[in-house]
Amino acid sequence: MTALLEARHVTRIFGGGFFDRSSTLALDDFSLAIDGDRPSIIAVVGESGSGKTTLGRLLLGLTAPTRGQVFYNGRDLQKMSRAGGRAFRRDVQVIFQDPYGVYNPFYRIDHVLTTPVAKFGLATSRAGARTLIDDVLRAVGLRPEETLGRFPHQLSGGQRQRVMVARALLLRPRVIVADEPVSMVDASLRATILASLRTMNRDLGISIVYITHDLATAYQISDTIVVLYRGTVAEVGDVELVVKRPQHPYTRLLLSSIPLASPERTWMSESATAPAAPREAIETGCKFAGRCPSAAPACRQTVPPLFQTDRGQAVACYLYRGAPVLTEDHP
Amino acid sequence: MRYLRRNPSLVVGIVLLSALALFVIVGHFTVDTSKSRPLSAPAVRAPSAAHPFGTDRQGRDLLATMVAGTPLTLRIGFIAGFLGVGLGAVLGFVSAYYRGTVDAVIRGVVDIGLTVPGLLVLIIIAVSLRRGLTVDQMAIIVASLAWLNPARTIRAQVLSLRERGYVEVARLSGMSGPEIILKELMPNLLPYLAATLVNAVSSAILASVGLEVLGLGPIDSPTLGMTLYWVNFNAALINGWWWWWAAPIVIILVVFLGLFFLTVGLDEIANPRLRRAI
Amino acid sequence: MLTVRDLVVHYDTPLGAVKAADRISFSLRAGERLGFAGESGSGKSTMALAILRMIKPPGRIAAGEVRLDGQNLLTLSDEDMRRVRLARIALIPQGSMNALNPVMRVKEQITDALRDHGVQLSGRQSEGRVRELLESVGLRAEVADMFPHELSGGMKQRACIAIAISLRPRVIIADEPTSALDVVVQKQVMETLARVQENLGASVILVGHDMGLMAQFVDRLGIMYAGKLIEVSPVREIFTRPLHPYTRMLIASLPSLEEKETFRGIPGLLPLLRDLPPGCAFHPRCPHSFDRCRTEVPTLREVRPDGSVACHLV
Repeated sequence: MTALLEARHVTRIFGGGFFDRSSTLALDDFSLAIDGDRPSIIAVVGESGSGKTTLGRLLLGLTAPTRGQVFYNGRDLQKMSRAGGRAFRRDVQVIFQDPYGVYNPFYRIDHVLTTPVAKFGLATSRAGARTLIDDVLRAVGLRPEETLGRFPHQLSGGQRQRVMVARALLLRPRVIVADEPVSMVDASLRATILASLRTMNRDLGISIVYITHDLATAYQISDTIVVLYRGTVAEVGDVELVVKRPQHPYTRLLLSSIPLASPERTWMSESATAPAAPREAIETGCKFAGRCPSAAPACRQTVPPLFQTDRGQAVACYLYRGAPVLTEDHP
Repeated sequence: MRYLRRNPSLVVGIVLLSALALFVIVGHFTVDTSKSRPLSAPAVRAPSAAHPFGTDRQGRDLLATMVAGTPLTLRIGFIAGFLGVGLGAVLGFVSAYYRGTVDAVIRGVVDIGLTVPGLLVLIIIAVSLRRGLTVDQMAIIVASLAWLNPARTIRAQVLSLRERGYVEVARLSGMSGPEIILKELMPNLLPYLAATLVNAVSSAILASVGLEVLGLGPIDSPTLGMTLYWVNFNAALINGWWWWWAAPIVIILVVFLGLFFLTVGLDEIANPRLRRAI
Repeated sequence: MLTVRDLVVHYDTPLGAVKAADRISFSLRAGERLGFAGESGSGKSTMALAILRMIKPPGRIAAGEVRLDGQNLLTLSDEDMRRVRLARIALIPQGSMNALNPVMRVKEQITDALRDHGVQLSGRQSEGRVRELLESVGLRAEVADMFPHELSGGMKQRACIAIAISLRPRVIIADEPTSALDVVVQKQVMETLARVQENLGASVILVGHDMGLMAQFVDRLGIMYAGKLIEVSPVREIFTRPLHPYTRMLIASLPSLEEKETFRGIPGLLPLLRDLPPGCAFHPRCPHSFDRCRTEVPTLREVRPDGSVACHLV
């Protein structure tokens, strides 16, 4: 596989400068590769503090890793030339979570669509640009006549988010990093936006890194899922395997905590799990050891590596120490 | 129109300044401004039909002096204000957007500059350039310090704006730094810049009047401040020549009140949270 | 126990009054958990605040009654209403983690509330009471001396619950209490709320947009759309035999953990409250709408035991 966008042993620490005593380890020795040959949707699932947003920003080149590198087509993002940077910006696009703050209130929403067209020279004439914009708006289920010419506050949250998706489409990127694209959108509209993401992947061959805390939507659209806990990978693999047969105690905790919209009431009948320990600095060992019902002394000594328990699943947990250690970064 | 009812300060400010402008414009057509020079009229006359504002000790017709001098004072204010905000804005935007060393340097200069008493610096500069100060040179002297405060306040505004989502989106759309400053950040700051400008003009006029009253201004010009200098020099207050000091003071009051209300009115536009409920 | 009849809340805008809540009627039974689910603009939060008379201008309660044990709260004086709040009906507000005073320790915030309602306690007594309250929400006694910023999101929320139950209210209204929390913490907080409710024998009104949470927590569920209550049924019935097309389509659009790629969103957009379509507010998006839906607004009526719906199809 040719890695199109790759994070190699990336660590990101916030703070901890000369005058700042406290520092936060957002991501710890994280690696991820996006296959250029087979476009897929990878979901990065985690709660707050898991490092998932930091990962998104690292992949987009908006922040630099403290250790490790992020490569695009084999070139380090931090060392890219100007031309390389432009190509990167064309190929890797973003959909942010907040459909409000991403629009400059001074301009109509056309601005957010016309700017990339102009900057990347996607059309040679005004008419050409207009056609391009109309096409992508229709592709996300919006009507250009009803959308263009309006100010952001005149559109609903769902419409604004769809315009963001349209904008991402404009550049025909190869990768889209979507950071919680539907969490601020109403429930009845989420499915439509998720469906467009899936279509973009299937029909246009765009890989998507879908960052979310919502396992259910991650299950719906992704092929592979990475479960992050406090900056490290707890479990990774084929989404059907991870969700239907979760192996890591944290994944199991996550799944059992989701209230299901079904008539059966099993959610609160299970015994309460140990409350989350306050954030003490866990210096050594598995970060989940403080809350894990199966924690053993070994867990607190060294960080467990990823054990490949199945062709499409790997877990970072000593409960599976019988399985071979995953040497390559990704199945 | 309905908005103006909600923003009385803006209305008052505009009315006051328009009245002043009218005074100056009509005055230029009806009054002979050459009479603002010394020895144009009998000295120390109280207001009368021939000299509606009276005359001063050097024989200047005070109405002519006011008509001629007000625009000069305002001009100093505007030039200094525009230069100050122009330079301050550029430095504020650059400093806040790029951060790092550039920010540290600019911020350091501004912080130090603001702690030095401005009037003192201006006095020292004015005293050193004693020979034949013109009105425009006066403006430049005041402008030399007028950029400090705008730089700091505009920087603060930009610092918060640059974290907005649309700035990141602009960056990811391929916009360069200067483009982002001009096209994304500045339009959102226009009301704030306008308010800052009016503020700067107001401070500049105050500074220039202050220098002039001390005798450090353009000696031959009939500016408002210089008139007050002569008032002081000739002890007009003690001598009971009330018309001499009344005219410039009233005009200065109108200028400052007008600019003040304008600032308050513009502040309200810039900061929607200050808006009064209907 | 709590009866709401034809409650109407208006928001005054420069373009005229907008009905944020339109003729809401329901009854809350003793000890029950009643949920209200809806998307943006459905009026659920407005209704919750209206019950407590906490609507601020430009909103106002335009009509209706809210009877707590027979007494109409809307006609009480401001002072009397203040006494009702917290003592008889408590609110766990949206974003309540930000409702804690950042410069006061947790114990002071609790004793403040108690004192405001005329509860006179000696120093030792109030310490004991605070410890009791914190224990009932699963917080350690040390939390009493902490400041809000020292607590995690879930702990802050539980502190808010402690304040809400400090005067043993009969009704607890929780407005999206867990929307900012992670899913694991959410479960803990909801378990705390359930436990607290059982101890007090109180009733809970849970307002939110998470249908899964409703399914697992409440006994009866009301669905709101564009300011109107369009269906109320026991929660099992809502999910097995939904009556209103919107309810049916909303449930269908929820992402399942069983089958991938089931995307069944509701087409169209949520209506703007200031520009509602004539007749039934849902008709432009409803696959079963017919002539009557376009002209006549359906009223909420009981169509099966304990199940009401506002739809012309039923």
